[in-house]
Amino acid sequence: MKATILVRPKPGILDPQGEAVQSSLRQLGFTVDKARVGRVIDLELDASDAEAARAELERACEQLLANPLIESYEIALAR
Amino acid sequence: MSTERRPRIAVIVFPGSNDDRDAALALEGLGAEATLVWHAERELPDVEAVVLPGGFSYGDYLRCGAIARFAPVMEAVSAFAEDGGLVLGICNGFQVLCEAGLLPGTLRPNASLEFVCRDVQLRLERADTAFTSRAEPRQTLTIPIKHGEGCYFADDELLAELERNGQVVLRYEQNPNGSVAGIAGVVNQRGNVFGLMPHPEHAVDTLLGSTDGALVLGSLVDAARERLLTAA
Repeated sequence: MKATILVRPKPGILDPQGEAVQSSLRQLGFTVDKARVGRVIDLELDASDAEAARAELERACEQLLANPLIESYEIALAR
Repeated sequence: MSTERRPRIAVIVFPGSNDDRDAALALEGLGAEATLVWHAERELPDVEAVVLPGGFSYGDYLRCGAIARFAPVMEAVSAFAEDGGLVLGICNGFQVLCEAGLLPGTLRPNASLEFVCRDVQLRLERADTAFTSRAEPRQTLTIPIKHGEGCYFADDELLAELERNGQVVLRYEQNPNGSVAGIAGVVNQRGNVFGLMPHPEHAVDTLLGSTDGALVLGSLVDAARERLLTAA
């Protein structure tokens, strides 16, 4: 089973990387009002049960892949 | 008496630590016996205190300190802290302690996105901790910082709690990295775990421009010596 995990800075958290990206895009002429930069983690895992895999990945996010203080995460599973 | 054993302090070495030897040298100069302990060890030697040094443990992959907190030695460090043992985290060590949940809050990329490397002025908020007892209350300390991710973050609720508990020990006089409330160093509620972004080990000799770092590390050596004596 394959999984994609999207980690984002939580709303309201200052994201200097996003600000730098936004300002660079504007310099290039793109009319971008806001940019937020997160992280994508692609995983392949040995699991047949989607529900169990999701529970496992949630634990992985809470313990390592995201910092729940400042980041939110989304898990997408694909066969 | 010169025959007394010196207080022993472990300095943890992660792959990518680079201030471990400076920390050990500074501690030795202040009267401690410093022992370097490799991250793969599962047990700590018989020590009175532990220092997590600066550097870029595990290449700072994912988030600073995020991988290092799972190093085998960290279980022993956590147990040591739970027993009331003294733990000091400097820079990357501070990041590791936050990721490990031994200290509140977290450290994020500097607001400027720039690596900052210079002496900064710090205001001491607490001179009554095991890590600051040699300094005077409200003393201004000059200690260098060198980090790209030293922006301390705590949400409003946590920040209010830290302020209420007096857990903010050091504040920048002029905020160099966007830290909330100018926080440069925090202690846990129990008072035995302290983390700071500035590098006291780089300010222990007039040749280095300041000796104020010796007030921090010297306080730790004093506290470690006290533990040694009470244990004896």
